[in-house]
Amino acid sequence: MIRRLLVAAAIMVAIAGPAVYAVEPSERLTDPALEARARTLSQELRCLVCQNQSIDESNADLAHDLRILLRQRLVAGDTDQQVLDYLAARYGVFVLLDPPFLPTTYLLWLTPPLLVLAAGGVLMLRSRRRRPERVLSALTEEERARAATLLSERG
Amino acid sequence: MLVEIGHFALVLALLAALAQGTIPLVGASARSRPLMDLAQSAALLQFALVALAFAVFMQAHIGSDFSVRNVFENSNTAKPMLYKVTGVWGSHEGSMMLWVLMLTLFGGLVAALGRSLPATLRARTLAIQGLLGFGTLAFIIGTSNPFDRLIPPPIDGRDLNPLLQDPGLAFHPPFLYFGYVGFSITYSFAIAALIEGRIGAQWARWVRPWALTAWCGLTIGIAMGSWWAYYVLGWGGWWYWDPVENASFMPWLLGTALLHSAAVAEKRETLQRWTVLLAILTFGMSLIGTFLVRSGVLTSVHSFAVDPTRGVFILALIALVIGGGLLLYALRAPSLETGNPFAPVSREGALVLNNLLLCAGMATVFLGTFYPLFAEVWSGVKLSVGPQFFDATFVPILAPAIVAMVIGPVLAWRRGNLRGALRRLAPAGLGALLVPAVVLVLNPVAPPAALAGIALAIWAMLGVLTDLADRSGLGKMRLGGVWRRFCHLPRGIWGYAIAHFGVGVLIAGIVVSTAWRSERIETVRAGDTLEIAGRTLRFVGVTEADVANYHTQQAQIAVERPDRAPITLYPERRWYPVARSQTTNTAIATNGFGDLYLALGDPDGQGGWVLRAYYNPLVPWIWFGAILAALGGVVSLTDRRGRLRSLAGRTSPAVAPAGSADN
Repeated sequence: MIRRLLVAAAIMVAIAGPAVYAVEPSERLTDPALEARARTLSQELRCLVCQNQSIDESNADLAHDLRILLRQRLVAGDTDQQVLDYLAARYGVFVLLDPPFLPTTYLLWLTPPLLVLAAGGVLMLRSRRRRPERVLSALTEEERARAATLLSERG
Repeated sequence: MLVEIGHFALVLALLAALAQGTIPLVGASARSRPLMDLAQSAALLQFALVALAFAVFMQAHIGSDFSVRNVFENSNTAKPMLYKVTGVWGSHEGSMMLWVLMLTLFGGLVAALGRSLPATLRARTLAIQGLLGFGTLAFIIGTSNPFDRLIPPPIDGRDLNPLLQDPGLAFHPPFLYFGYVGFSITYSFAIAALIEGRIGAQWARWVRPWALTAWCGLTIGIAMGSWWAYYVLGWGGWWYWDPVENASFMPWLLGTALLHSAAVAEKRETLQRWTVLLAILTFGMSLIGTFLVRSGVLTSVHSFAVDPTRGVFILALIALVIGGGLLLYALRAPSLETGNPFAPVSREGALVLNNLLLCAGMATVFLGTFYPLFAEVWSGVKLSVGPQFFDATFVPILAPAIVAMVIGPVLAWRRGNLRGALRRLAPAGLGALLVPAVVLVLNPVAPPAALAGIALAIWAMLGVLTDLADRSGLGKMRLGGVWRRFCHLPRGIWGYAIAHFGVGVLIAGIVVSTAWRSERIETVRAGDTLEIAGRTLRFVGVTEADVANYHTQQAQIAVERPDRAPITLYPERRWYPVARSQTTNTAIATNGFGDLYLALGDPDGQGGWVLRAYYNPLVPWIWFGAILAALGGVVSLTDRRGRLRSLAGRTSPAVAPAGSADN
């Protein structure tokens, strides 16, 4: 298995490369660093006329126009955040697939960590409430080990 | 005439469902055997009637009877026969028919196989199943009648959405629905137990195999759907965190929690109440999944049948099923006996931890899926929740679950020794550190997240192997003895091992294909070549032809590699004139460790064509992993320690584990 994985790792390395190209060959920027930023950004922008696709994936005309627009902004010297802000100002927050941290999205972003905390709380309560010592008669360390082996063998 | 028979059968099935859903409940509380026994005959009758209606509906599609509105809207005489058959569930009405067919099939199975169940439990379970059938049938007959006629009948039909005319889609919905609807049985069992007011040992023994069966179907269904999206949609992605995908993923997450907690309930007689709650919520999520897809409340690439008016009916059904179930739970659960106690560090404890993480993950997916809807209602702001949100929240919640998934099975029941378990898993831990280190040396720019993902995948795979070696007594006895023990491990152990190993394979596929994917998108002319992943693609040209119900533009591309025989791939574009729709049909060459993925784009009008070429390393492992997980479930179902026997309610001939014959 390990050998196989090493082989797989070798394959991965062999094919790994900075090959990043525009979604349509004609849209591509000549500067590869700028083009790479454009690709990352276009994955974060929603194609507004499509159903749940980023402009990177969509072949709709609007997606094409947006890809060109965002490249124009990049060439003009905008930072990534400025491009996103520019498009959000023009098309609304709806265009951003990665929802920004705003009052309207506090609940969205804060609930998952709260859920994990709640899960941890439930576990704490359980372990406090149910101490098996109260039920189990005292076993010697040896008996306990033997019982554990027997139980784990039973699966 | 035949169509009317189908329609009548559907109405009769509704009446059978009503009888099944009411009389046995009265019988069970009055302890009247004949009234309770009505449940079995009603369930079988309901299944027979629905099967008849379904067969008639299928016949209308196969025979292209365009006097039936649904056939007219979704079929065409030129459509290939395979898609005339599978087009039956390609439309809203048809998929609802498939849903109710599965629902009554499961009811019929419990009726036929459940002789060993306590009479009242069986009657009540079947009654709940009957009520679910009544709700669905009323929905079909009232709002989505598949047998609606068109007078006068048109000459030819409008054809099925071409995206759906695909072998992958042909079998995706049946598996998915098998899974969704399979959880109706665990729901019915849960409600029946709440009505009974007690959860016996029999109950848990019954719930687990059904949960496992449904889970296997759902796993395969989701994997097929993702595979379909991968090769049909033409940009090489396989999961989009699309609402419809999430709709199937949420019951899967809860179903995974359910089958593990049902296993604990069965083996250790604890966590029964939690199992009941999960059973209610899992089926609730299945219904919400249907609601999402069928109502078009949320926009999605998949919502080919959009109708908000039907949503109201389904919403009411969901409210009744989940709300009623939870209300009953709130009333009855406190009086149910609590199970055997266990320490936080124990196999039960690890399962509880994973259950909670799975539920938190499910809640996160739920939140991300519905948040845009809620936000728009209360603040009027239209916003999007894309893959970035799920990557940032769901993945960190589930990653610890994968870590715990390896440790749990090594811990003892009731009270485990964490340090001892970790010592036993040392080889897996070592591998999980070494392999990413090797990758980092070979590829210093590897993203840290990918390295962590590889570590997790190796941990999962090696953890299972280490545990299997340990259980076979490796290092404690002679090799011959180890081999014998290895071959005689119970099927339950094999099932767990295969499924958990599959999860590792799945993670490896996801991580590697995401981090090390390469792509070339170029305009090419006949004779041009393109280099990708050590391969040379030579564009030979494009041929056009009219086939069946579409016009095709098929490119021929020779793929050459040093020291390998060249292969030819044919990516194509199809134009369906009747449906007025264009599809991309990708060409994929796979060697099990990676896919060369080609999609033909638009012509530039001057003899050039846009060619999209991707190399997706380890991407097939995503589906191998899912298949292994489902296979593990099937193997676990065949455990001779009586699972099938209790499922069938009788003694089945003991099946010797494979390989034991040679020893």
